[in-house]
Amino acid sequence: MLLEQTISTRGTEPAPETFVLNLGPQHPATHGVLRLKLTMDGEYILRGEPVPGYIHRMHEKMGENRTYAQFLPNTSRIDYLAAMHYTHALVALVERAAGIEVPPRAEYVRVITSELNRISSHLVWFGAYLLDLGGFTPLLYAFDDREKILDLLEAITGARLTYGYYRFGGLANDVDAAFVEGTRAFVTYMQPRLDLYRKLVTDNIILRKRLEDIGPISAEMCRRYGASGPVLRGAGVACDVRRTEPYSVYPSLDFAVPVFPEGDCLARYRVRMEEMAQSLRIIDQALTQLPEGPIQAKVPRVIKLPPGEYYSAVEAARGRFAIRVVSDGKDIPYRVKLRTPSFANLTLFEEASQGMMLPDALALLGSLDLVIPDIDR
Amino acid sequence: MNVPEPYRLLLYLVGTLAFVGLNAAYLVWVERKGAARFQRRPGPTEVGPAGLLQPIADALKLLSKQVLVPPEADRLLFRLAPLLVLMPALMCLATIPFSAALGARDLNLGLVMVFAFGSINVLAIMLGGWASRNKYSIISAARIVSQNVAYEIPMLLVVITLLMVTGTMNLREIVEQQAGGFWHWHILRLTANPLMPVTFLIFFICLLAETNRAPFDMAEAESELVAGAFTEYAGMSFGVFFMAEYANVLVGCSLATVLFFGGWQSPVGVGSGLLWFLLKLYLLIFLVVWVRWTFPRTQFYRLLNLSWTLLIPVSLGILLLTAGLLKVF
Amino acid sequence: MSAVLDSLEAAFREGLPAARCERPDPGVHGGHLEVQVAPGEVVGATQILDRHGFAIDAITGWTDRHGRLEGLCDFFHFTAWEHVAVRTRVPRDLPELPSIAGVYAGANWHERETHEFFGIRFRGHPNLTPLLLPEDATYHPLRKDFSGVA
Repeated sequence: MLLEQTISTRGTEPAPETFVLNLGPQHPATHGVLRLKLTMDGEYILRGEPVPGYIHRMHEKMGENRTYAQFLPNTSRIDYLAAMHYTHALVALVERAAGIEVPPRAEYVRVITSELNRISSHLVWFGAYLLDLGGFTPLLYAFDDREKILDLLEAITGARLTYGYYRFGGLANDVDAAFVEGTRAFVTYMQPRLDLYRKLVTDNIILRKRLEDIGPISAEMCRRYGASGPVLRGAGVACDVRRTEPYSVYPSLDFAVPVFPEGDCLARYRVRMEEMAQSLRIIDQALTQLPEGPIQAKVPRVIKLPPGEYYSAVEAARGRFAIRVVSDGKDIPYRVKLRTPSFANLTLFEEASQGMMLPDALALLGSLDLVIPDIDR
Repeated sequence: MNVPEPYRLLLYLVGTLAFVGLNAAYLVWVERKGAARFQRRPGPTEVGPAGLLQPIADALKLLSKQVLVPPEADRLLFRLAPLLVLMPALMCLATIPFSAALGARDLNLGLVMVFAFGSINVLAIMLGGWASRNKYSIISAARIVSQNVAYEIPMLLVVITLLMVTGTMNLREIVEQQAGGFWHWHILRLTANPLMPVTFLIFFICLLAETNRAPFDMAEAESELVAGAFTEYAGMSFGVFFMAEYANVLVGCSLATVLFFGGWQSPVGVGSGLLWFLLKLYLLIFLVVWVRWTFPRTQFYRLLNLSWTLLIPVSLGILLLTAGLLKVF
Repeated sequence: MSAVLDSLEAAFREGLPAARCERPDPGVHGGHLEVQVAPGEVVGATQILDRHGFAIDAITGWTDRHGRLEGLCDFFHFTAWEHVAVRTRVPRDLPELPSIAGVYAGANWHERETHEFFGIRFRGHPNLTPLLLPEDATYHPLRKDFSGVA
């Protein structure tokens, strides 16, 4: 129904009292080069149309022009805040398709690094979101914590953002005792920090008033738009790819999928805060269970997937990320399709922002946790 | 100070300009250092010892920048607005008694004058936003007006309450009434009105809203409106707006010191003087900084709701209560 | 086997007898149910999925080996955790499909993307303008005969 309204208003002359506010592509609240074309009546948004595409790089075409191994670095650069997850999707796809058996130690290290990456991604969101809401201080606390994760990951991967750490059938590097110790120390350090954030930020009355009942997104709306990740779980649906389409060693680890049924900005906020705690739990278990052994399986020098279609999904920090590869038996994929969570999550902004006031709409936009290259690819 | 009239005026002009200028520059430094401490980082360190020359470097940078006027803007108003925004703050300081001897003008209607000039400030920012012809600026200008209209009312109600207790609008006399120890300060004059601390709280909240300070910085709201009314201003014309913000904080906190914390009076009854005034003033300013770096911004309509549904009824209630108490006793 | 998929397959047999349903190996193909329909039946198939509570996952296309364009729409079920892919093929010289934006609002952007990358026109789409490419783009970069590689 809302869509019909949107369609019917399209193309008609706006009423004389309304104006178009062009928010972006350079604007502090869009966190990158996203543009919002807002038709406003005073501070009320009549229609908020996101205009993506400013850093479109055509990763999919690149995938059709290089071998699987050559495409691997691209996966780190789609969502630069959750590089591990994206690489995980591609290596999992190739391993499944080529029947490569990954050594258990490699799988555990993948889970540990993925979850560290998830925490660091959520920390960036936490800081940046509070910045959107006008609170500057949490950003620096969050980045302080994130720095510890980046240092840990830098020590084993050599990179701080675009890791490219996973290889087909294993890892680029084994982790050493210092990493295990450092990660353990980080887990014990981070738990009280999350309590601190709850006391200082989450329980703040201004923040509560700012987020409660703002930007409601129902489960039905998520279904029609294909939203996933914290947006979906903040609408009360316990849907997490780590559970629904288990990959790696997640089935052997005990963790909860945080769900908040309210569907407002606060629910999405709390889902992410709770997910950080759950990620710490996963890391803790994985460190305890971390087996000794090789980190790399025997893999043919040139990877050729048998003709057919392959699909692999992971739970990235922003939601469900899936790669679909069509192979014609050559060493270069015939078609690569990237299904990114931010893209699907942003599609619902136009409907969800209708009739909202500008500050609330920006609170909604921030609660979707968008990474613009993830939309544009 | 018994200085003959024309020299007194000159002294006042030079004195307040220097005071406001120095304060605006160094409150920025205080703000940056304070923010840094709240955020566990060192803040400015490079220019001068502990970054003390940073404000001067900033000012030089701003001065050396080209003053850009957007072609669509109303050129006259666009240039006028920065002046209009700083002048009222300077005028307000004329009435503030810094100590028993130090004060430019001893006006019987000092309090009225402060509020009269305080209101011009709003108009000036609105003018700047309006003249910029920028959509963000215009939204911000509209916000500023409604915000200030909403917060002038509880602020004035609170001040009227206080006036009933003091019986004078002369700021010097108001301070003199509070002599002899901190229990004589108006914030603790519970015999006149048991809700005096609440009165101060309302005054302080209104002060934050009137000076557009976080958590009520809707006018600037950098994550929503880029820089609000100041979006199109470059170079020193932006710098003047920036200075005016701190000058207004200075005036507001001075007024709070005079009205509620006994001005230059010492808390123990002896050794009153300028130092006490400055100490109280800067403690209040520090409080303003503290609030800014601790809380996120509220929504605009919630800010208005807060005023109309909570602050105005409560301050009206306090007013009636005080009136009743004065009538009975 | 899942009850949702069984009832879905039954609904397809009843509503769209021409549709071909397959259950491939999910470990390799990802999808739990593959449905092949004629271009005209896409909306009908989508409505069946909508009734069964499936969420839209993504829409894409690719050129198949016979030079035809294949439109592919992925669906996902939030609670049954099932994954369904609906496929259809259109001839290269008349790449037209009905739009499903009326059934799933989220299809709007996916269809715009598929349109600009493959040149598949979606009939009944409210605003079929380029999404990620420049506004005046007339090329379709993911077609196999497009070579923009430097």
